[in-house]
Amino acid sequence: MRIYADNAATTRVSKSAVNAMLPYFEEIYGNPSSLNTTGQIAAEALGKLRCEIAELINAKPQEIYFTSGGSEADNQAIITAAKTGEKKGKKHIISTKFEHHAVLHTLNKLEKEGFEITLIDVNENGVVKAEDVEKAIREDTALVTVMFANNEIGTVQPIAEIGEICRNKGVIFHTDAVQAAGHIAIDVEALKVDMLSVSAHKFHGPKGVGFLYCRKGIYLRNLIEGGAQERGKRAGTENLPGIAGMTAAMKEAVEKIDENAKKLIPLRNRLIEGLEKIPHSRVNGDKEKRLPGNVNICFEGIEGESLLLLLDEKGIEASSGSACTSGSLDPSHVLLSIGLPHDVAHGSLRLTISEENTVEEMDYIISSVTEVVDYLRQISPVWEELQKGTREYIL
Amino acid sequence: MLYSEKVMDHFKNPRNVGEIENADGVGEVGNVKCGDIMKIYLKIENNIIVDVKFKTFGCGSAIASSSMATEMIKGKSIDDALELSNKAVVEALDGLPSHKIHCSVLAEEAVKAAVRDYYDKNGIEYDKTKFCDGDCCHCGKHQDVEE
Repeated sequence: MRIYADNAATTRVSKSAVNAMLPYFEEIYGNPSSLNTTGQIAAEALGKLRCEIAELINAKPQEIYFTSGGSEADNQAIITAAKTGEKKGKKHIISTKFEHHAVLHTLNKLEKEGFEITLIDVNENGVVKAEDVEKAIREDTALVTVMFANNEIGTVQPIAEIGEICRNKGVIFHTDAVQAAGHIAIDVEALKVDMLSVSAHKFHGPKGVGFLYCRKGIYLRNLIEGGAQERGKRAGTENLPGIAGMTAAMKEAVEKIDENAKKLIPLRNRLIEGLEKIPHSRVNGDKEKRLPGNVNICFEGIEGESLLLLLDEKGIEASSGSACTSGSLDPSHVLLSIGLPHDVAHGSLRLTISEENTVEEMDYIISSVTEVVDYLRQISPVWEELQKGTREYIL
Repeated sequence: MLYSEKVMDHFKNPRNVGEIENADGVGEVGNVKCGDIMKIYLKIENNIIVDVKFKTFGCGSAIASSSMATEMIKGKSIDDALELSNKAVVEALDGLPSHKIHCSVLAEEAVKAAVRDYYDKNGIEYDKTKFCDGDCCHCGKHQDVEE
């Protein structure tokens, strides 16, 4: 038995997405930039797909720019807002401490170029306060970028509130919606977001494709120069099979958003309740304001990578924010941002389930994790010290 | 796969796990902040390591490295145990990924720390510069082996 519980990393491509892609390999294979009939058939299909994607987030088709995925969309959005601001002498950007690296590393680069970056603290439940964003906004603020939902702990941020604040203050607002799209309803008008990044493979679409929503009136800057694709804003022949797969997957996900949440939330809560029974553990992130499929929990006295490997042996596929899984000495910046000490952040486990999972699988995960945590604690000198009282429990 | 079969074997079925009551030497190295702690217990008779046990908090390669290191020094003389290098542990494990080499360094140092404890307890003179202080986050002495 293999239980896939790493859907925040990537998802299985849905049947409807695969079927939607197939015609684009052998039938509609033309280049949308070509004037010949085959090319024009492809161009027409591309236009139709763009309309369909736009409708799913209540945007206009000309506000959708297809990209290679979420990271590219994040980069382009941030660079665009920075360059736009710079022209007006605005060189201050606001974000949060627990953004995805696609955002944080782009901001690091801008900081080296002379931009001032304010990273807002996240509270211990993993939620950003809209009022903190408001307080941080200055005359020279060029951009506010706050993720829609966190990729590790799944907490959902007050996007509508932040959108309202930014709109009133006349500041561009971008949100990295890579984890949220297809799982939480998105209406760019109601949320008052100016730019929004999406990646297809997080909602059963194919890898290597995503899009950036950029509100009409914002002058988008290129990351990739070349041909006039995407109205001159993103060169390179369009990945039509990928775009078709993404559109089909997103349509299906958005149509089933409530149905999936109704199925997932009880599964997620069952998992949380079962795992919380393990002594000296802690669930990371707000239990209510979180993605329907996200569970993130720390176990004191053990290290995450060995936990993952032993769970994999039992057929359970998960992930961790431990340093060993990241290849650095520091554990996940997300876990540190919500105030977890290094000691326990190393012992984190992320399980991200999908609507394909079952109650039986949740129970199997609970019993397996309980067993593996107990075993690893038996061979851990840290656990030994905690038990003997020579080290103090944190959790 | 990230790890060799040998690493996975020693990780899943670690040898010499546990504690030794009234051990003659106990060494602990690493730092919980960095995510690795190794503790090695030695039973020594006539300069020979007659028994060795370990406990490790850490990743798969840290557990496998400690298991392998204990196997390699069991039944050996103290001098032989002090000769155990992290490279020998890596070779015995059929290799470690480059960013996991520090786990083998930790195993080498844990053995040395346990011997040092034995020396201290028995008032035996030794060259202090040949032993580590156990602070792996800040030591930086093994950078050359990391690449």
